[in-house]
Amino acid sequence: MNERQRTLTGLSLDSLTMAPPQLLGGVRLVPLIRSASRSDLRLSRRVYAEDSAFVEVDSKTFYTAYVPHGLVANWTTDGGAVFGSQMTQATKKKDGKSYGQFITARGLRKMARREGKTQLRFLPLHVAMEGLLALHFGGPDIAWTEYSTAAMRTGLSPRIETVVPGDQIAGLDDALRLFEIHENQVGVLVFVSESLASACVVPHPEDYVALHHTLITDFYGDLIWQYGFYATDNVVCPDPIDIESITSVADLRREVDRLRNRWAEMNALLSTACCDREYRAERVYRFKPFSLERFITDLDPAAENHIGEAIYADDGSLQYLKTYRMSSSQTRRAYLLSQLADHEWDLDQCAMALGCTKDELILRLENAGFGYLLHQHVIDGARARVSRQLRK
Amino acid sequence: MSVKNEPQTFDEIYAAQKEASEREDLVMFINACFAATGQTEYYSSERCGRVSIDFLHSYVLANYRTVYRRVLAAGVNDFNRARIVTKLLSVGAPADKDDRLEEGQLISRTLRSLPANRVFALFARLRELKVNNRRSRAVVRDYLKSRSDPTFDAVKYRRKIRMAARHAHLRLDGETGQFLFALKDQKRFTTPLFDAFLRAHYAKQAVYELPYTVAEGFAARHGIPRDEFMRKIEPQMTHAEKQRVQASAGRQGFVKPDVDLARTPLTRLAIYVASLPLEERRRRATELHESLRASAVRALRKRPVQLGKVALVLDRSRSTWGSREKRRRPLAIAIAIHYLMGESTSEMRAFWTPSRSDAQEAITTDDHAFLVEAGGQTDLASPLLSAIEWHPDNIIIVSDGYENAPPDAVNQIVDAYQKRLSQSHAIAFIHANPVFDPDHFSPRPLGDALTTIGLRDAEDLGASMGFAKFASGEASQTQLESYLGVLAKDLIGRNDE
Repeated sequence: MNERQRTLTGLSLDSLTMAPPQLLGGVRLVPLIRSASRSDLRLSRRVYAEDSAFVEVDSKTFYTAYVPHGLVANWTTDGGAVFGSQMTQATKKKDGKSYGQFITARGLRKMARREGKTQLRFLPLHVAMEGLLALHFGGPDIAWTEYSTAAMRTGLSPRIETVVPGDQIAGLDDALRLFEIHENQVGVLVFVSESLASACVVPHPEDYVALHHTLITDFYGDLIWQYGFYATDNVVCPDPIDIESITSVADLRREVDRLRNRWAEMNALLSTACCDREYRAERVYRFKPFSLERFITDLDPAAENHIGEAIYADDGSLQYLKTYRMSSSQTRRAYLLSQLADHEWDLDQCAMALGCTKDELILRLENAGFGYLLHQHVIDGARARVSRQLRK
Repeated sequence: MSVKNEPQTFDEIYAAQKEASEREDLVMFINACFAATGQTEYYSSERCGRVSIDFLHSYVLANYRTVYRRVLAAGVNDFNRARIVTKLLSVGAPADKDDRLEEGQLISRTLRSLPANRVFALFARLRELKVNNRRSRAVVRDYLKSRSDPTFDAVKYRRKIRMAARHAHLRLDGETGQFLFALKDQKRFTTPLFDAFLRAHYAKQAVYELPYTVAEGFAARHGIPRDEFMRKIEPQMTHAEKQRVQASAGRQGFVKPDVDLARTPLTRLAIYVASLPLEERRRRATELHESLRASAVRALRKRPVQLGKVALVLDRSRSTWGSREKRRRPLAIAIAIHYLMGESTSEMRAFWTPSRSDAQEAITTDDHAFLVEAGGQTDLASPLLSAIEWHPDNIIIVSDGYENAPPDAVNQIVDAYQKRLSQSHAIAFIHANPVFDPDHFSPRPLGDALTTIGLRDAEDLGASMGFAKFASGEASQTQLESYLGVLAKDLIGRNDE
């Protein structure tokens, strides 16, 4: 682990207060409020009208995705406020090149690109997603005989994950449209069917007002998409106020304050992933006094896993956050890759560590969608041996 | 379900359940009729609202026809009254003679009290629905006969009346018939207004003899510049029309027609005030404040509301922004209620939900209640607690029913107050909701602990409150029916204004 990487517990949401949630259908939106926001970092949206975008990650690697917009960060190094005109200029700057006429694509360079002394453009959530896709992207380091020549030559390429845009999630569009933005609100936790779909934090309340609607164009996991159909009504509420203990209006006021506290506690309870989980973070870009990081949970297949990106100030305060809830199959894929990489891509050792036979591991890899890494005869052989064993 | 004596047999239980469910149906319908307008709301689309209210109308008409027609007298909003008349006319007259008489009288009274444009739209709708029975023809005929100035109507609503006349086989006297159906064959009319209409096709001067809405079309045809047209047509404009062009005057660059704001109906004035930018509201604060007060006094003279010491809990969250069709309407209703209550009683305080800009606590009659903007979350609990601490006799909550900071708090507070604290000082809680929720066929309630009533215009508060005891489920269905019967008799017995 070098100086660019670190491990953290929770996402330092301490400086933010959770307000009572706003419920609509199966969607629960928890406003995040910061009483004193700093104004030396501001985010604004730059729209890309094309159908898709391909981003040149390095000279040999392209990241292709639906990218409706990028975010532009403007900051000052002396702690002074960012001018509004600076932000309007920032959104207009030409960025990349548009290709095609009927089906269009935008070619962009780098996930996070410096555009001037105090300006950085990055692609929200794609920074994190690229981190997930690039996980052990190089493929096997040692030429074990099981791996196909293509895998040895080009690694995991092409590595693909499927995500769902927000407008496909049942009820999310209405919930976001009808959401009533709080004063000093800088972020929101999106729950679908009582499970955390995404967390979003921006540096300044005005940025939040401007970027609130972009939550619908962000992408979410297919798990959340399925949850959207199941959930019809929010059912989890804290205990009502204790009627028996009330003898005066002051008591009533106290009980209402307690009710508010219970709402806050329940928010914390539901968003354990934000507060208690271990994260491995990696710095993507450093712009003094801030740094853009992306992070991933410990990939425990039994727990809920998130990836995300964040901007931290040098004093450790969270300025920007966007997370993505991985579905279980995505977790499984990342988990298998990390296990393989930990055992130097040796299938025998890895199978021993996972407590299964080598054939079973091969089938697991194939089921997870990594069959293309292995020679066909290796997979066929494993399948035949396993089915023969089952028949016995 | 309120069952006084413990029922013994199954028959009695079923009868009690039937009674309760029927009462719920009717209460839901009448409540919806106070609020629903079939327009886009902040929370729901127009189509959604129309389907929902249409279903309610058909359901109640088929099952409770007597109640259905008597709702015409309950003071529900114009949209629903027009809809009830349409539905009644389209199913034909009832067989019983007394019913027929009552229904006929209710329909004719209702039509006379509705604005003319709504009535003509209703006649056009009858044609669309292909309703052409003997009674509907007679209704059209009698209505047109009852109009005070048929010539003016024929010019202003020419297309609509032509449609209605053709559909209802009306016999039209001399020039009206020619004006409606054979305009181009005429060289001149002896009726001055008809003649002006004819001349306006080629003479610019004749345009200014016509009603404003008709003249507007001719002005466009002659290419008359807007400022010149507005200057010259001003004497022909009605009060409502002058009021309507106030905002566009600045935008389109013509001189604002003088209008006495105090004469504008309260809710309409409140909507106008809420539509102004905040700086302009601040600049004209004294003028607007006085007009609102005067307008409230006028509204109260027509329909007095008597409540003792009143506290208002008013919602100014983001959802009071309204929709494209009903801009700022929920906020304007809250402002209007503030002025209405302020003028009706000496002891009134309003408690707004906390806003983004300023932490305003209780405001009294003399404060400028219209200096608020719609924005932020709906925290009804804090103002409600402040209101309770002031010890009023009545608390009226004006909100769309979507409470979210924290949810369900009002219900719990009211419940706790009524169970534990009402012995020392009883407070009547009521929730007035200006927004119809099509998913639940009624204005969205804040909870079971307090009664929700629908409210379209602030002036209707009295009528809605009269209905509140039925909405809360205290009174039985028989009482509801007799209450409506009395109202219907009142309406029929009333002389023409």
